[in-house]
Amino acid sequence: MIDTSRMEAPLLEVRGIHKAYRSGGGMLEVLRGVDFECPPSGFVAVIGQSGSGKSTLLHLMGLLDSPDGGEVLLGGERIDNLPASRRDRLRNTDIGMVFQAYHLLPELNALENVLAPLLVRHGVGAWFRHRKEARRRAEELLCRFGLSARLHHKPRQLSGGEMQRVAIARALVARPRLLLADEPTGNLDEASGAGILDALCELNRDDGLSIVLVTHDQSIARRADRIVRLVSGRVEGL
Amino acid sequence: MYTLLLCWRYLRTRWIALASVISVTLGVATMIVVNAVMAGFAHEMQSRIHGILSDLVFESHSLSGFQDPDWHMEEIRRAAGDDVEGMTPTVAVPAMLNFHVRGQWVTRQVMLIGIDEKTHAAVSDFGRYLQHPDNRSQLSFDLREGGYDTIDSQTKGETQVATRPALEGAGWPHRRMRVERERLWRERQAQERGTEQAGGGSGDGGSQSSGADSSGPVRPVDHQVDAVLAATNNAPAPEEALAPTAEAHPPTAPVDPFKAAKPEEGRTMDMAKEQFTGIVPGIGLASFRDASGVDRFLVLPGDDVKITFPTAATPPKAVTDTFTIVDFYESKMSEYDSNFVFVPIGQLERMRGMIDPQTGVGSVNSIQIRLRPGADLDAVRDRLRSAFPPDMYAVSSWKDKQGPLLSAVDMEMAVLNILLFMIVAVAGFGILAIFFMIVVEKTRDIGILKSLGASSAGIAGIFLGYGLFLGLLGAGAGLALGLGITWNINRIRVLVEWCTGERVFDPSIYYFFRIPTIVDPATIAWIIAGAVGIAVAASVLPALRAARLHPVEALRHD
Ligand SMILES: Nc1ncnc2c1ncn2[C@@H]1O[C@H](COP(=O)(O)OP(=O)(O)OP(=O)(O)O)[C@@H](O)[C@H]1O
Ligand SMILES: [Mg+2]
Repeated sequence: MIDTSRMEAPLLEVRGIHKAYRSGGGMLEVLRGVDFECPPSGFVAVIGQSGSGKSTLLHLMGLLDSPDGGEVLLGGERIDNLPASRRDRLRNTDIGMVFQAYHLLPELNALENVLAPLLVRHGVGAWFRHRKEARRRAEELLCRFGLSARLHHKPRQLSGGEMQRVAIARALVARPRLLLADEPTGNLDEASGAGILDALCELNRDDGLSIVLVTHDQSIARRADRIVRLVSGRVEGL
Repeated sequence: MYTLLLCWRYLRTRWIALASVISVTLGVATMIVVNAVMAGFAHEMQSRIHGILSDLVFESHSLSGFQDPDWHMEEIRRAAGDDVEGMTPTVAVPAMLNFHVRGQWVTRQVMLIGIDEKTHAAVSDFGRYLQHPDNRSQLSFDLREGGYDTIDSQTKGETQVATRPALEGAGWPHRRMRVERERLWRERQAQERGTEQAGGGSGDGGSQSSGADSSGPVRPVDHQVDAVLAATNNAPAPEEALAPTAEAHPPTAPVDPFKAAKPEEGRTMDMAKEQFTGIVPGIGLASFRDASGVDRFLVLPGDDVKITFPTAATPPKAVTDTFTIVDFYESKMSEYDSNFVFVPIGQLERMRGMIDPQTGVGSVNSIQIRLRPGADLDAVRDRLRSAFPPDMYAVSSWKDKQGPLLSAVDMEMAVLNILLFMIVAVAGFGILAIFFMIVVEKTRDIGILKSLGASSAGIAGIFLGYGLFLGLLGAGAGLALGLGITWNINRIRVLVEWCTGERVFDPSIYYFFRIPTIVDPATIAWIIAGAVGIAVAASVLPALRAARLHPVEALRHD
């Protein structure tokens, strides 16, 4: 998938993104030509005030929404205008997402939640062929985040920090190239938040995972290689 | 894979959805039971009607019939070809049946049917409906020496059948016993007369016994009849049922039904050894079924009856003749069982004067035709219709004859099915509502799944699969329940009757001892498919809604 000649090119690139929401009578322009890129194995923090459009930008990069203008490129290829099935596939294989509210599936236990992307990817037959391997990978990830004793707990039996670690494990289980995190520490106390952040930094450093982290917390943003600030719908360089 | 897993998990964590399926279950169960019972009744009725009627009936429009059945049968065979398996001529004429029971003459309006005992059983199930095993294999109009079934042969070993002990001694033993009793009674009568006269008393004392001597019913006899009826009604044991009847005979017997009908030859008939022309009346003419389901017989094989019928002359004259009952005919269609009386066709033709004195060729009213299995009923009928002048002959199939009844039953079944299917459809709306609730509740999870790369089709699949699963579950439970009820319906009936003390199913009305059911796999397949289809259809809208959810908005949902 990755073109070696373009290895130096940014992994993720956002060019002139526009996004507006219809609100009341008029249009609310949230993003007005955002340009932004993340190199391979890069760690970029996006900061900005509440309502500045950080989450919106992240959703656009994660293909959960489509921009009104501009383009999103992954590995040099435009991905925002792909057909729905290809975008579903990319979300599943190349992009991992972590949210502020964890977003675990309440009916599944920790292990199953981590396995969810693989369950989504495989049909019934393929799943039974890959089951062992997938389970091993998921257990490994959970152990790595210190959750080896929580494999069969349902989300509501877990603490916030544990849930967020499960969510990160889930985002990583499919070995994505890019991790998008939307205020992963926003709901956590300082200690748990620091733990999560350490885990992300470690992933970036040791595994070479590219991370785009959205936060409004300057101190967290400083852990990143680069900081991008969103102000009134545009990127303000630092 | 996630589709299946989540489907299963939602099912396991949301038992309330099963509540919406209970109505599917009940609807399916009801449909299965109703269809089985209706089909059972319809089949029972059809087979009875068809058992009585032959496949095709060839008849003349006039009551006096047409001449030379043999020639007609030849013609029919030529027109219908190989499809004809058997034919038999019949003569049908309205008549009055009179018999004497407990001091009273009972008169019934009947259809007197002359049949050829050799061939009649070959064109319909006529033989099956007789009470003597030998008559079932080959009817004879000669009285049998006992051996009539005391257990209805058509009930196939059903334990709940009330026995008919009255038929135990029917036949020649009954006849001999009766003749003997009459003789004894006459002797006593004569003795009493003698003593009364010796004592100077006149014969007009109005004593009970002499009252019975007159042919008309008079008060004293009525007393006796009341007493007998009371005794009969009070006697719960079936064995006792006959006893009072038999007891009642001697005083009433002097109204001798056959005294007037001495054989034409002028010699005295030995009643204990000889019989009149045999007849087979419908069982409904000779008996009634009381509230407990026991058959009470008014007359028995071996008894004599009088029948009045019109001759074939113009204008018809009424003639009366005496006949001996040799068997009963029980088709379980009360319409026929209380209407038909079968006599030998030759005898009837002679009595009615239907035989041409010059040629010796008889006339008949109709020819009953049985077709070979698999022959096209309507096609053969139409061929015969075109082969004979329609202004003289009518050709009809058994279905034509009972068309209104059969189509009424079909209609009833169709309407019931529509109504019951409405119930299942209502259940469908229940599922729809509950599914919408579940989709709303699961909105965020749907967003999560989409963020993990689940396709819209996959999301829709979760809910469609859920609906399918619930439908299958509901229909499966309904199937089990329905079949359970159907197979045990008679036990349930007994239970319900025991609990409520009311008769749910009155054998004296339906002439069955148990509720007939037929489980038709095709019908069941349709019902199940319909119910599952409705469940799936009801989940289509919620599933589409789930699939269309915008991932971001779904994620924001709380
Ligand atoms: N569906 C929508 N319809 C209308 N307006 C919307 C919609 N989604 C977001 N907005 C608006 O877009 C703006 C940006 O929202 P967004 O969630 O991206 O902000 P954010 O930077 O992530 O804020 P926070 O730091 O509080 O999470 C907000 O003003 C919000 O009201
Ligand atoms: Mg946000």
